[in-house]
Amino acid sequence: MEFFERFAVPHPSPAIYASMVAIGLTVIAIIAGLTYFKKWGYLWREWLTTVDHKRIAIMYLISALLMLFRGGADAILMRAQLAVPDNKMLDAQHYNEIFTTHGVVMIMFMAMPFVFAFMNYLIPLQIGARDVAFPRLNAISFWLFFAGAMLFNISFVVGGSPDAGWTSYFPLAGNDFSTSVGTNYYMIALQISGLGTLMTGINMITTIFKMRAPGMTLMKMPMFTWSSLIANVIIVFAFPVLTVALAMGTMDRLFGTNFFTTSNGGMDMLWANLFWVWGHPEVYILILPAFGLYSEIIATFSGRNLYGYKSMVASMVLISLLSFLVWTHHFFTMGQGALTNSIFSITTMAIAVPTGVKIFNWLFTLWKGKIRFTVPMLYSLGFIPLFTVGGVTGVMLAMSAADYQYHNTMFLVAHFHNTIIPGVVFAMLAGFTYYWPKMFGFMLNEKIGKWTFWMLTVGFVLAFFPMYISGLDGQARRMYTYSEAAGFSMLNMLSFVGAAVMAFGFVLIVYNIYYSVRYSPRNIGANPWNARSLEWATHTPVPEYNFAITPNVASSEALRDVKNGHDLFPGKYEKIHMPNNSGLPFIMGVIFFVWGFSFVFAMWIPLIIATIGIFACMGYRSAEKDHGRYISVKEIEDTETKLRGA
Amino acid sequence: MKLKWALLAVFFTITTVLTGCEPLLVLDPKGPQAERQANDIMLSIGIMSFIVIAVLAILTYMLIKYRASKQSEDYEPPHIEGNPIVEAICVGIPVIIVIFLSIVSVKSNYIVEATPQGYEDQEPLVIYASSSNWKWHFSYPEEDIETVNYLYIPTDRPLEFKLYSYGPITSFWIPQLGGQKYAMADMVTTLHLAAEVPGEYMGRNANFSGEGFAENAFNVKAVPPAEFDEWVEEVKETASPLTEEKFNELLEPGHLGQSTYTGTHLEFSPAPEHNHGSSEQDEHSTDEHHESGHSEHDDEHSQH
Ligand code: HEM
Ligand SMILES: [Cu+2]
Repeated sequence: MEFFERFAVPHPSPAIYASMVAIGLTVIAIIAGLTYFKKWGYLWREWLTTVDHKRIAIMYLISALLMLFRGGADAILMRAQLAVPDNKMLDAQHYNEIFTTHGVVMIMFMAMPFVFAFMNYLIPLQIGARDVAFPRLNAISFWLFFAGAMLFNISFVVGGSPDAGWTSYFPLAGNDFSTSVGTNYYMIALQISGLGTLMTGINMITTIFKMRAPGMTLMKMPMFTWSSLIANVIIVFAFPVLTVALAMGTMDRLFGTNFFTTSNGGMDMLWANLFWVWGHPEVYILILPAFGLYSEIIATFSGRNLYGYKSMVASMVLISLLSFLVWTHHFFTMGQGALTNSIFSITTMAIAVPTGVKIFNWLFTLWKGKIRFTVPMLYSLGFIPLFTVGGVTGVMLAMSAADYQYHNTMFLVAHFHNTIIPGVVFAMLAGFTYYWPKMFGFMLNEKIGKWTFWMLTVGFVLAFFPMYISGLDGQARRMYTYSEAAGFSMLNMLSFVGAAVMAFGFVLIVYNIYYSVRYSPRNIGANPWNARSLEWATHTPVPEYNFAITPNVASSEALRDVKNGHDLFPGKYEKIHMPNNSGLPFIMGVIFFVWGFSFVFAMWIPLIIATIGIFACMGYRSAEKDHGRYISVKEIEDTETKLRGA
Repeated sequence: MKLKWALLAVFFTITTVLTGCEPLLVLDPKGPQAERQANDIMLSIGIMSFIVIAVLAILTYMLIKYRASKQSEDYEPPHIEGNPIVEAICVGIPVIIVIFLSIVSVKSNYIVEATPQGYEDQEPLVIYASSSNWKWHFSYPEEDIETVNYLYIPTDRPLEFKLYSYGPITSFWIPQLGGQKYAMADMVTTLHLAAEVPGEYMGRNANFSGEGFAENAFNVKAVPPAEFDEWVEEVKETASPLTEEKFNELLEPGHLGQSTYTGTHLEFSPAPEHNHGSSEQDEHSTDEHHESGHSEHDDEHSQH
């Protein structure tokens, strides 16, 4: 009996039992549905074993949307709890668990897979390649991410959720103060998905350096690919720091080491440093690809080339360097003295300069353009002023002496949501709408899309701008309740209303998908938005091999070159070499899940077995003789005729 | 400039209306450090709103002038690479702003990290503020008294807070007197404040520290120096002494009301020796400190 006790939630509530039932029913429904419609084979052959970068991208996309709703449910609960003073809806412990999982889910399991979805889908298409450099590794990355995400998500029904904040500062996150297994979940789940992320970083960099089509020099790459290249370089430098920090944290919690404890020579500040040495670059890992998407979209709907291509690239390179030199701004108040704070204050503000350059470049891309207000463009246009507000409040926070007043308050919360929502989330929704036809062969409904945009924007302003004010009025972040006398009840009520409006906006996205699947016309051609970069030069939806003939690239705007008489696809069809599907990545994901679960509960025997399983998979792969397969010229001809006819 | 002040006026009207006509705590300073910070904040809000307005204006202009519905069917936008002069301006203006703000920021850093300006010649009142789950203990070594969850301070005298924690990292914050600083278990940090207006202020732990975090607040009462001395005398006459046993009781996790003692816990449970910045660590005293820390954790375990 005692063995099973540890799997119980230490702090249960009706909501948690209800979720358990809901999760159970959903799983049963999915299994029953797959069996009834005889889709198990299809699922396995076409998705679970796929190594096609486009399908992996779609799986990332679906996961990101699911996690958006998981994190969004947390968010609405928090805002409801704070809507009125002295609220008893949630108790402190639940509130703490909810804001912790909200932060982790949104950053690691919503924003990251969203970014990876676009990297996976677009990089090979934008550089004229047939897949990424290591397709099998790419599948492993996805399944590791997925295993980590699922492991993290079961925490609230099995054993308890982490409750020390997404920053998980020690000693609060140590055994003494976080007694449930929650923080073990945090450490292990992030470790597993972080491994996947690191592999993706290596994979994408290799892809971009090694697999560009003839003629595509680095300075002729579309801007999204550039931004991804830089984001992936940051990944490769930043994620190992997270790996090390998590490993040390895990050892502190499970093996009694003293890296971050406050006794026996441990240093709690070391965790904060390591966390933010990864954490600050991490926010740029998210925002740079978002910048890339905006660059593509703004250029397309201005009917023009991107203004200042070179300075766009230069500013991103500069941002990537600076992003490693500012981490201390997350704890100006740790007492490191005026000199250290001054240095990091200046480096932090310096980031605003290259960021500003980008804002101006987008503005000048509109100049002399022919602006079409489509849904992706609306997101991009909303992004410009809203993100500017987020950026300038960042500069305010960077003034370290003043930050003593902003730090740990709702002002800070307003700042980072103000950068992440209009910056990253809007970019993802814009990209989602913009590339949807490329992925699925039909458009999302524009009218519903516009409604969504306006609800999200209005909701965002209502939800987050009041926080700047309540922060200055002394509302600390992460308080589960406050008294009437504190005087910010009204502002928090506004935030709740805003959050509710945003929630409706997100639901509309789902409705839009449903509506468009049913009613959208299917004959939209290869380039429905009248865009110019290479990814629009192939068919919609994209055939497995991407391009029947490897393109010969002349500039970053392939379709404009075609218009000017350039021969983008010279030569004739030849047989195409493609990688085979493999069940191994999925199996490894499952084993890693078991490995992580055993680790969380310190069950050493299953852990050892799972570890052996992982090495066995790797050994199998090394010995495996799989040389891929060829698509014959005949098959290519058939596919091409069919797609052209459609 | 006019625009800036108009904006500030609008901003203030909105904020005061929204917050029920009371000035925001951080922008209603009652001491020199908070005032410096409030000035920096207002200055940066001013400059930053100018930037936001500029971006909004350019954006609006572009959208009105170049929207497709206003142009002829066959208008073909030109191909424009960058323009070095335009781009130099786009770099130049932000650089100038950042340089200006950096200068302000560096100056303020040295100001808030030192005895408040104008008080340099006065002997500061040293107060040890230590947090335990989820309380604040204030020790006045000179006066030899200790309070829990409330702070009595004299006005017009520099205050030097020595911060540390008997548990998770906390952050000592009295918005109207000045910004916050962390209190940690393995070192002492120093926060320089001063109060210029008598009154009652809100003080709290701003850094998330677990279940009782929301209620981890304390009350600050600033009184004229003479009154402060009276209060000290009164405490000495009426309060009971703080014994080690009593103090360990106080450390147990939970919430407590306010209480007052003669003597301080520094005598039997001294602050961690390691001051931030100094490289050597006094092994003995840190060990001692951690022993008391541990017994507290054990208590916590047995409660669960
Ligand atoms: C002009 C650019 C920016 C500057 C100068 C800036 C500055 C800062 C500073 C100084 C802090 C720490 C404040 C404190 O803890 O008291 C901070 C926090 C943060 N910023 Fe920014 N920032 C910028 C852009 C961004 C962007 C683009 C993102 C995300 C995409 C972002 C996300 C965050 C997050 C997530 C936090 C802290 C979260 C936490 O403590 O939980 N920032 N920023
Ligand atoms: Cu940062």
